[in-house]
Amino acid sequence: MNETIHYGDHMYKIVKNEQLSKNEYDFWIEAPRIATKAQPGQFVILRINEIGERIPLTIADADPSSGLIRLIFQVIGKTTAELSSLCANDSILDLTGPLGTPTEIKNYGTVMIVGGGVGIAAIFPIIKGLKQAGNRVITILGAKTSELVILQKECQQYSDELIITTDDGSLGMKGLVTEAMEQVIAKESIDCSWAIGPSMMMKFCTMTAENHKLPIYVSLNPIMIDGTGMCGGCRVTIDGSIKFACVDGPEFKGTQVNWDEFISRMKQYTDEEEASLTDYQKAQVIHHG
Amino acid sequence: MARRSRTKTAIAEQDPAIRKANFAEVCLGYTIEEGQTEAIRCLQCKDAPCITSCPVMIDIPGFILAIKEGDMQKAADVLGKYTNLPAICGRVCPQEKQCEQVCKLGMAKNFEPVAIGKLERLVADWALENQDFSKLIQKNQAKIGKIAVIGSGPSGLTVAGDLAKLNYEVIVYEALHDSGGVLTYGIPEFRLPKRIVKKEIESIEALGVTIETNVVVGKTITMDEIMDEFDACYISVGAGAPNFMGIPGTALNGVYSSSEYLTRINLMHSYEFPKYDTPIKASKNVVVIGGGNVAMDAARSAKRLGADHVSIVYRRSVEELPARIEEYHHSVEEDIHYYWLSNPIEYLNNGNGDLSGVKCIKMMLDKPDESGRRRPVPIKNSEFIVEADTVIEAIGQGSNKVLLSTFPELKLTKWGYIEADPKTGATSIPGIYAGGDIVTGAATVILAMGAGKVAAVEIDKYVREKKNTPVTTKV
Repeated sequence: MNETIHYGDHMYKIVKNEQLSKNEYDFWIEAPRIATKAQPGQFVILRINEIGERIPLTIADADPSSGLIRLIFQVIGKTTAELSSLCANDSILDLTGPLGTPTEIKNYGTVMIVGGGVGIAAIFPIIKGLKQAGNRVITILGAKTSELVILQKECQQYSDELIITTDDGSLGMKGLVTEAMEQVIAKESIDCSWAIGPSMMMKFCTMTAENHKLPIYVSLNPIMIDGTGMCGGCRVTIDGSIKFACVDGPEFKGTQVNWDEFISRMKQYTDEEEASLTDYQKAQVIHHG
Repeated sequence: MARRSRTKTAIAEQDPAIRKANFAEVCLGYTIEEGQTEAIRCLQCKDAPCITSCPVMIDIPGFILAIKEGDMQKAADVLGKYTNLPAICGRVCPQEKQCEQVCKLGMAKNFEPVAIGKLERLVADWALENQDFSKLIQKNQAKIGKIAVIGSGPSGLTVAGDLAKLNYEVIVYEALHDSGGVLTYGIPEFRLPKRIVKKEIESIEALGVTIETNVVVGKTITMDEIMDEFDACYISVGAGAPNFMGIPGTALNGVYSSSEYLTRINLMHSYEFPKYDTPIKASKNVVVIGGGNVAMDAARSAKRLGADHVSIVYRRSVEELPARIEEYHHSVEEDIHYYWLSNPIEYLNNGNGDLSGVKCIKMMLDKPDESGRRRPVPIKNSEFIVEADTVIEAIGQGSNKVLLSTFPELKLTKWGYIEADPKTGATSIPGIYAGGDIVTGAATVILAMGAGKVAAVEIDKYVREKKNTPVTTKV
């Protein structure tokens, strides 16, 4: 009996890892099949080990020639904390993808792309794709403080214009991404826009775009289990009907999202998530004395 | 010889009071002695009707005779000729509607049929404990061809096992991290222990079948790549997309599809949270919607997670219940309450986006519909509210579009399932076969296996004709 068949013998090796900020990490992982197929807007589901949960992460970049995919994540709970503790040459047990419907990449004309916090990692492949498709790309990156503005150089490389906003004014303009959006809209005509980041940010970006009758796409990040359309855990209401974010999305027209419902459903397991993280942190303390 | 008992030989089960708090298997199975006692009841009919009513046509009198003679290896060999998953079928087949329904002993006045399923399970469990898997390994001869199987549920595993025995190189692609399909994520541990599923799958791998997990066909690899690389392909991706009734309140926290609820429990072990990372809500009052086996599984799982009250809301009456009768009895023993002739019309919000109750309406049965069952219609002004913090919809599944949407050439039925010849499993595209729930819609494990058996023979024929290879082996 060949045991390597069942668990892939930890096929998915971490090749490079870098800490971007206090809580944000940048991993390159070996996943040749996914690297070949990944398109902007798609994600993977990963499971660290046999007792692990399945979590979705956006594919921030892919290199088919080396067979690597890039995952950038923020530590927000037990699984991301555990993932961040892994080093180069460690492996994770399961990695599935690319999942979800890709972003529609074409030449729209001038596009405005807004990324907030770790959502910048999710918009980077979209920026790259849209630039390569011939669009004039105006990028707005927002974060609480300067050190959380990740992938600045990479985004710059594929943007015709790059605006940075921080809540504390430590980098770029002080204020919110929606203020930067207003400034951009005031001075030029935009054909299409994207916003990815915390749900509140995406909701307000949608409202700003809607005021100017500007089409806007957002990428939803609801709770997922399988990520292949077989459970409906990630269901969202889009234009009044039930959609599964993992297969119908994760990208949807922002104006069609039922935001209050979406934000409420994100909180389903808050208590369990906290308990799990606390247990993990206690175990780490004991382990490391 | 002892006189034939009128009733089936009694089988040990966990006490309901104890088992409703654990996930261990309810039915403990026969001992060999008990099995022999039961085997004596078989009439050894020459024209045994039980064989023809078994979707994989197991030589039932044959394996039962071997049990009676005390030759378990022979019994296992007989089973192995017909089925690759006997430990699973012995447990989850609706025998009362198949082999046992036509048993001639059961036709006799005041006699129960032979407990065929329980005997199959006895032999299969014996084999899993005692058989040397290395004996299963096929002789290393040149392979006839290379076959891709998409989906590692019961249908895919059956095709894979049979084609490996016919000397094909078989690769099974599975989207999830574990193989087995519904056997792994759907049917709970207390009905089908996962160690049994794992062992049975290992016995198929021992035949030379390779299972690649974490591969979503249509995404990770495409159908074009499969058609280039393989001589033929079998699609058995099941009917895994949950339906929602879509009544007001469906988005409230606490509303689950049965697929999500059971996947969290069975595949992700959330009942062992926080040892395992996937959480599930601890509920007080659970309402399950539906009357099939999945509804029973969800309700009984909720009870085992510690819910105080678990109810099933079913729009018809007990006579129409599609679930296995054995599981219905088990559920009643475990204090599952039933609201017959009732249908939910709204999920109620506690004000914070969480579920607080289910508003239902009473139903009455009208004239039979096309399916022959009496159609339920609502009774005006008969609404009532059941308090609930969790509701689980188990109202059926449809076809998953992830693969099919990337493969528009393949002809589908008007319900979105794959159009395949029931006699051969052939689809509209030569070399592509399909079977199981993705063809029939949600059905049973054994029907999915039956479709797999048929397709394996047809795929073999197809590849031999294509390659001009004469038939040299037989299953």
